[in-house]
Amino acid sequence: MPSAATLTVAVVLLPLLGAAACFLAPRFARSVANVVAVGIVVDVIALTVLLSGGDALRYRIGGWGVPLGIDLHLDGLSLFMLLTTALTGSAVSLYGVRYFVPDRDNAAGFWPLWLSLWAAMNALFLSGDVFNLYVTLELMGLSAVVLVALAGGAEALSGAMRYLLMTMAASLTYLLGVALLYHQAGTLDIELLGARLESTPPTWIALCLLAVPAMVKSALFPLHFWLPPAHSSAPAPVSAVLSALVVKATVYLLVRLWLDIMPPGREPLGTTLALFGSAAIIWGSWQALRQTELKLLVAYSTVAQVGYLFLPFAIRDPQLSALAWRGAMYFLLCHALAKAAMFLAVGNLSRLGGSGRITELRLVAYQLPVTLLAFGVAGVTIVGLPPSGGFLAKWMLLEASLGGGYWWLATIILAGGLLSAAYTFKVVGLAFIEDGDRPRTRTGTRPAEWVVLLLALAPLALGFAAVPVLAVLDIGAPLSDVTAAGAGGAP
Amino acid sequence: MIERVLVWTLAGVLAAVGTGLGYTVLSLPPVDPGLSEQVAAQLPASGVENPVTAVLLNFRGYDTLLEIAVMSLAVMGIWSLAVMPRRRVGAPGPVLAFLVQVLVPFMILLGAYLLWAGSHEAGGAFQAGAVFAAAMVLVLLAGAPLPSALSHWPLRLLLMLGLMTFAGVGVVMMPLEGRFLEYPPTLAKHLILLVEAAAAVSIGMILASALRGGRPPPEQGS
Amino acid sequence: MNTAFVFSLAGVALFLTGFHGLIVRAHLLRKIMSLNVMGSGVFLVMGALARRSVDAAPDPVPHALVITGIVVAVASTALAIVLMLRVHAATGRAELPAPDRG
Repeated sequence: MPSAATLTVAVVLLPLLGAAACFLAPRFARSVANVVAVGIVVDVIALTVLLSGGDALRYRIGGWGVPLGIDLHLDGLSLFMLLTTALTGSAVSLYGVRYFVPDRDNAAGFWPLWLSLWAAMNALFLSGDVFNLYVTLELMGLSAVVLVALAGGAEALSGAMRYLLMTMAASLTYLLGVALLYHQAGTLDIELLGARLESTPPTWIALCLLAVPAMVKSALFPLHFWLPPAHSSAPAPVSAVLSALVVKATVYLLVRLWLDIMPPGREPLGTTLALFGSAAIIWGSWQALRQTELKLLVAYSTVAQVGYLFLPFAIRDPQLSALAWRGAMYFLLCHALAKAAMFLAVGNLSRLGGSGRITELRLVAYQLPVTLLAFGVAGVTIVGLPPSGGFLAKWMLLEASLGGGYWWLATIILAGGLLSAAYTFKVVGLAFIEDGDRPRTRTGTRPAEWVVLLLALAPLALGFAAVPVLAVLDIGAPLSDVTAAGAGGAP
Repeated sequence: MIERVLVWTLAGVLAAVGTGLGYTVLSLPPVDPGLSEQVAAQLPASGVENPVTAVLLNFRGYDTLLEIAVMSLAVMGIWSLAVMPRRRVGAPGPVLAFLVQVLVPFMILLGAYLLWAGSHEAGGAFQAGAVFAAAMVLVLLAGAPLPSALSHWPLRLLLMLGLMTFAGVGVVMMPLEGRFLEYPPTLAKHLILLVEAAAAVSIGMILASALRGGRPPPEQGS
Repeated sequence: MNTAFVFSLAGVALFLTGFHGLIVRAHLLRKIMSLNVMGSGVFLVMGALARRSVDAAPDPVPHALVITGIVVAVASTALAIVLMLRVHAATGRAELPAPDRG
């Protein structure tokens, strides 16, 4: 059994070298990519087993150590993100085997790009260095842009272009912040920065230069303008990965900055983030309800659901804050699985020749009962009904909000649940309307349905298995030190 | 009308942001608390004499690995986005033909020198790669076609060579020294030169391929 | 205030100019060039501040970071231009359509 240290490095190198291999041998790209996916899942699970109940792992690349070198930092939070990405990513890879059939023009182009995106995300979750995070952000953003553009057509290309301009501008702003922080503190390492930075206006300006780009890349209201066109016009597996994983990676970045770097005095920023998150929930759900195109509805649903992840920023009390963060992270995992299932289900429905309009769903839906079931099951998680993990996550968030007296947060959570129920049932209900229309005939190969159903059922299983999964978050105790980093608080 | 208002509002907002940033810059400590001392202290163990190359290829080599991955991604992306457009190849004019004959061999030599010089002076893989790319661009502009043997997997191999060499060297060193990208001080100079050479070739090819603007058109059996 | 600070303030000005151009200019190529100007501004700030104390040798780490940043910017620009060409081929115009409200 390789050591945890080797496994940690492998989790980045496997997809990185896999991408190169897929590019070298396009004919075998599908197989290579799925082998790599299995490898990553095994690797991450092994890491979970090896590290459970223990401390975080710190890996000094090149043996130099900070502040001269770059350290990888693997604690419960990072491991949780790696798990989420591994589970969702492997399901999407499996789905992609049927979706990107080799005779379609340049279908092989998907695999190297997807593995590069996966490598970037894994590297982001492991990175303990703010400049290294910049490089991983760029790798992630550029792969995501090209993946959106793979669909071809004016809509996808324009959506990809807008996404590219946004991500480049945001990354450059982030880099400016990194430059200012380095010249203030003399280090690029996250832990050292947390120890050295103090709560002065120049530091806060530099930290905002890091935080605002992360907010834009997470599509936090009101900076979400780029998401609906990009996510709705991309190929279905790409939309799944973008909504489930890529926007969450920058949320993780913000949480990491919040927990490990930001000095005391960050409360106003936290409340602002929670306010934007609340607005995202209401506005995103409202827009989702108004949509007539299925993919746009699911995309706006992402804008809304991302808002839940920002609510814990407002909670001050350390105990309640830790509880809220666990709820948010669990929500992240369940939403990733459910949203990916939703987009893949939508992909199946449009593959059958559907126009994409919700009212025409019933003409094709009856031919794909498994897919429709998967969509409904995913909806259960999105709405937050028991026994899904989504319900559990919202319960934890509610408990933390009410415990701290944050009535407005609790109201938003409940209102968001009602609104998401409305737009989910809008889709599912319309599919069951009896009609005398002639059914459309099936075109193309039969799409993968059981993968989608499994993906949608996973959050339900997580509703029963919450305790061991949440225990992962305790590795290295990243969430217990929720007092500000500069105060030197002990867990 | 409303557009002008928005433009001026934007200018105002940016001016305010600029004031904030300027204030931040000016409040920096006048003496740099940076890492120059640590770099100088570890420089003998790094295998090279140029501190920037030491940082780039040894101390913070992981960043450079990911950066080469970004460049490789760029070519993967460009090849997914477009097919190489057909170019009308006319005869190059006399000036261009002469310059290509004179400059290209010189540029290749210059690139090789920059690559080697990077260990003790300014230089290194990226600079050399850029010069190689410029030489190839000149050749392309003069209308010379790529040899057909280079259109399939040999080209792909050259494009990925830098990434694979860098990661490969890092992995191979792991059983010997313990950590990813950890070079033994005696071998460090040679390993760095190897990695830089592979990277320079790849970077040159990637940049030249970017100019071509797309993947090679499908031929029989491609 | 020595020259390092003058250069870094110039870098800030470049950054803001580029940002302004990115938002205001409609043509995609101008937007891409504005991004490059932004990038140059950031690199100038990072590099200039590495030589704040005039006597001591400059800090090599920011120089390495700038080299990395330039390479990443080149890669992004190459992708952006190819994407722009595809947008132009698909829509006939090298500008983005106006975004839907919300």
